[in-house]
Amino acid sequence: MFRFAIKMLFGDNAKFYGILLGLGFASLLIAQQASIFVGLMSRTFAFIGDVGHVDLWVFDPTQSYVDEPKPLRTTALERVRGVTGVAWAAPLYKGLLVATLPDGKRQLCNVVGIDDDTLAAGPGTIVEGSVADLRQPDAVMVQVGSSQQNMMFPAELAPGALPAPGQVIDPKGPKRPVQIGDIVELNERRARVVGLVRCPETFTPGPTIYTVYSRALTYAPPARRVMSAVLVKANEGVDPAELCERITEQTGYAALQPWDYSMRTLGYWMRETGIPINFGIAIALGFFVGVAIAGQMFYNFTLDNLRYFGAFKAMGASSRLLLGMVALQALVAGVLGLGLGLGAVSAFGLNAAGGKLAFKMLWQIPFIAAGAVLVICVLASVISMWKVVRLDPADVFKGA
Amino acid sequence: MPDATPSTQHAAPGGGPPPDGRPLAIRLRAVAKTFGKGESAVRALRGVDLDVPAGALTMLVGPSGCGKTTLISILAGLLARDAGELAVFGQDLGALRRDRLSAWRRDNVGFIFQQFNLVPQLTVAENVSVPLVLKGESVGAAVRKAHDILATLGLEGRGASAPLKLSGGQQQRVAIARALIHEPRLLVCDEPTSALDAELGRRVMGFIRDRSRSPDRAVVVVTHDDRIFHLADTIAHMDDGLVRSVERRAPHIEPPQTAKQGSA
Ligand SMILES: Nc1ncnc2c1ncn2[C@@H]1O[C@H](COP(=O)(O)OP(=O)(O)OP(=O)(O)O)[C@@H](O)[C@H]1O
Ligand SMILES: [Mg+2]
Repeated sequence: MFRFAIKMLFGDNAKFYGILLGLGFASLLIAQQASIFVGLMSRTFAFIGDVGHVDLWVFDPTQSYVDEPKPLRTTALERVRGVTGVAWAAPLYKGLLVATLPDGKRQLCNVVGIDDDTLAAGPGTIVEGSVADLRQPDAVMVQVGSSQQNMMFPAELAPGALPAPGQVIDPKGPKRPVQIGDIVELNERRARVVGLVRCPETFTPGPTIYTVYSRALTYAPPARRVMSAVLVKANEGVDPAELCERITEQTGYAALQPWDYSMRTLGYWMRETGIPINFGIAIALGFFVGVAIAGQMFYNFTLDNLRYFGAFKAMGASSRLLLGMVALQALVAGVLGLGLGLGAVSAFGLNAAGGKLAFKMLWQIPFIAAGAVLVICVLASVISMWKVVRLDPADVFKGA
Repeated sequence: MPDATPSTQHAAPGGGPPPDGRPLAIRLRAVAKTFGKGESAVRALRGVDLDVPAGALTMLVGPSGCGKTTLISILAGLLARDAGELAVFGQDLGALRRDRLSAWRRDNVGFIFQQFNLVPQLTVAENVSVPLVLKGESVGAAVRKAHDILATLGLEGRGASAPLKLSGGQQQRVAIARALIHEPRLLVCDEPTSALDAELGRRVMGFIRDRSRSPDRAVVVVTHDDRIFHLADTIAHMDDGLVRSVERRAPHIEPPQTAKQGSA
């Protein structure tokens, strides 16, 4: 009879495709919106993960996310270095500064200054050049290949060339990406591109520019507090969690391991912004679309078949068998609809990779979508089953 | 109950032959059924006594609303009676639990509905195979048997069609094939000919009648259709929730020529 149940489902073309589309659309919406949500939210702390070889971050205790401008006093570095268990501690500058390009275009940039001595916590992926080149005068490394705003130069200017006196550059003219040798101004000070790097997409707009800490300070507007964080490597055998506690105890600064700091940052964005609500609404919408379209179509499908189920019941099919048939129909529709939806999401995700969309399908997301589809199918089939169980076999003699 | 004398007919359900020599398939005594409660209660059956002979075609006739459908629903195990005695081939249906009862229907009853209730998404042969599949037979084997019985009903080669592609008369024969494929002891039909023209109705009833000709079978047909009354072996006239009279038309056990002593 289960074979017949499947045939009944597939045979009712209009309803079957309606159910599939509804479920597919629901799982598409749920998985796609969840993936974008995860992708977007992971950008908030992507920078932390990109800084390698660091055991902990020391920062102002009132700072709630990595980009929050709450710098430390310069003395913080020495104080952290004085805590036992610290192998090395390096300063980090991170701030938004305006770069002026040769054609006069101004662009907001995310400037990162790393420790002059160790060059620790440098860019994760170097496309061209070497971190050591940052030791040259005015040297910076610039992010390329971002989906957001890359640094673009007028195509007519060779790397390093500045416009000749009297040369007018059309700001709308053809552009080329930044190259080694290019020169920009950061807060009226010269910066020479010595390397190209790749960085994870972040929430902050504009390309990321790496330089050494001391030079970053010359670019930054003067202020009493400029150090964004102290990056710490623990001594061999020292538990980073314990070291965090000790640093907080002795210096009064907050200290967290990278993952915990990431989660603190994520927590801020989750709590303080409308992003989760907005995506939550989209995901809930997907769910309700699924219930409304697929659930209701499935229910109608069962209603249409009720007289046949009634006939089967009269002919001696047990309620359990009929319930099994309905459950199987719901399950098959659910699996196919889910496959359809997730397939579409994956195709979408492949296209989005490298595109402007933040898209990150965690392995949990298909399961969440599957769970949602399962709930939809169970809801739809339970209401349908209720009809089937209540079916009075004597009613088959009552003309429909 | 003009022709029934309960005290003398049988001691035990399904036991010895009734006075006219026919074995008994179904025995009802004082069967009552009320739908609803209080003011709106409908007494659909008010104490029905009826003996349905085996090996014969019994028709239930009577005005609309007199309780015919209710009665066949009860004797086919689809509906529980409120009071009275009922034995079908010796089985007291009231004694069976729900799941046992549906298994009993599966094994013993064939149904022909007024609306044929053929599943449109299944082929003709698959529809016919359902009773066998319900009994646990494989779909393959059941469908093969379905093709065979369809052939005996003049529908060879139509097994793979969609039911809705067939004419009304052909669909009715498919429904008959489905009702008979598992060789049920009891066949119940509610208005089986109402959708058919006179000629087709007679042919269909003739086929059903032939199937009743076995001492371990019984056929009960509810009908308004006076064009087919002559095919009945027994006609029970119902009115207002009661069987008012029973016409016995002919002896029913093969060979039919031996003892002609029909009572009226
Ligand atoms: N499920 C039910 N609930 C309430 N009343 C019912 C129900 N089924 C039947 N009845 C009532 O019981 C009475 C007998 O109904 P039944 O269907 O047995 O009549 P019938 O002889 O088959 O009539 P018809 O020739 O019109 O089919 C009618 O008054 C009907 O309204
Ligand atoms: Mg009726």
